[in-house]
Amino acid sequence: MQIERKMKQQREAHPGWASEIAQLPGCEKLFSCIQCGTCSGTCPLSIYMDYTPRRIINLVREGFQEEALASQTIWLCASCYSCAARCPQKIQLTDVMYSLKREAIKKKLFPKRFPIPVLASEFHKMVAKRGRSSEMWLVMRMALKSNPMILLTMMGTGWQLFRTGRMSLRMEKIDRVHELPHKSVGATEVH
Amino acid sequence: MAEGYVYFPGCSLKSTGVAYEESLLTLFRLLDVKLQELDDWNCCGATSYMAIDEDSAFALSARNLALVHKSGNSQVLAPCAACYLVLRKTQDYVQRYPSIRAHVSSTLKAANLPMAADSVHTRHPLEVLYNDIGVNRIRSKVSRKWQGGPVVCYYGCQAVRPYYEVDKPVNQSRMEELLDAAGIPTVNFALKTKCCGGSLTGTIHSVGLRLNYIILKEAARKGAKAIVTLCPLCQFNLDAYQSEIRRRMKENLDMPIFYFTQVLGWALGGGTRELGLHRAISGTTLVKQWFSAAKEVAAHV
Repeated sequence: MQIERKMKQQREAHPGWASEIAQLPGCEKLFSCIQCGTCSGTCPLSIYMDYTPRRIINLVREGFQEEALASQTIWLCASCYSCAARCPQKIQLTDVMYSLKREAIKKKLFPKRFPIPVLASEFHKMVAKRGRSSEMWLVMRMALKSNPMILLTMMGTGWQLFRTGRMSLRMEKIDRVHELPHKSVGATEVH
Repeated sequence: MAEGYVYFPGCSLKSTGVAYEESLLTLFRLLDVKLQELDDWNCCGATSYMAIDEDSAFALSARNLALVHKSGNSQVLAPCAACYLVLRKTQDYVQRYPSIRAHVSSTLKAANLPMAADSVHTRHPLEVLYNDIGVNRIRSKVSRKWQGGPVVCYYGCQAVRPYYEVDKPVNQSRMEELLDAAGIPTVNFALKTKCCGGSLTGTIHSVGLRLNYIILKEAARKGAKAIVTLCPLCQFNLDAYQSEIRRRMKENLDMPIFYFTQVLGWALGGGTRELGLHRAISGTTLVKQWFSAAKEVAAHV
């Protein structure tokens, strides 16, 4: 049996990374975190996360880039702003999470076949191209590229929505598509 | 108030949240306030666009603000909580960060659109009803006596955080005050701003269901017979997945989930169809009972 070191050492971390993150909009107060855990306590999803929000902040500050970027935590964040509203140091943790999501996509470090980054990427593609989102088609694409079994759980709901006139099969599009912003980063294909 | 507001529907109010659009338009018509839908509006970007490309996310949202400005009105009404927050945040971040402003400006310029993030005001219907129209005017327009049971008001997350213009930062109460003016009894609800999980019901299904189960269960425990919401995603999650939650959690829950514009619109004399009440998926027995045609006549005051 091979026993390996489970703990990472400081020299394997990326010391300058936290300062880069702290320069991004909304992330300025990263270094004022007092590790009180109010964010984790108020987060409705922290009990499902591999690292709680408080631990994510510390991973970023100590330069543990791979751990933070490959975590499920950043994708489970539903942007409900509970942490941002309650942080005694006024850290906009939601913006920190957004920055980490973008970097995880850029570095292709997101967890594989995890439906949330796939949904974000498909949504972005659809809206960038057509200017509107068509919920039905979005869900189909997300499921086919991550876990097609999701579609089974949705059939009943889909029928109910269709029956009450709340679901359309039309692909929505705006008239003046040329007015939409062009991509400013090479948006990575997410699978 | 004569000129009214520019109405920004967003994608949800044209599909799963169509009852929100129907009831909002009906309610504002009953209050004689003009709403003009924004021409060729685009998706606000919600939370997902921002997760991929930040600069373009603000530029995408700024296009809508530019279109509002071009329409000659400076007040844009965004009923969806996600749309509201994205538009509001775009205004804020364009003003706060020169780098974001520069990118947004150049993108708008390329499309021959004006920078309007400083001059356009993002408004939410709850706060417009409360501040501009007022509780007293609503009370004076009530034409029907409420036939239903007590409800809880559920505010969700993005309409009330991190900007505090829709209501107070804690112990939000404007929805309760409006409902009270319309004679609709409300029950205090500690989970009124607890997140429903948003799109998690579609991605990590079991987690999304659990978050909604907690909200439904607590509302029932408090003695509420229905939940009143102000966000299309909250309404969708609580309404469309309720039968599955009931099955999985072996609970006897069957609650109607309304938009606040539906119940206010009904109190002010709106018809059940024009308020989108026929689009309910859960609690349909109660919906029929509370808003039946016979009751509608008897309920006139």
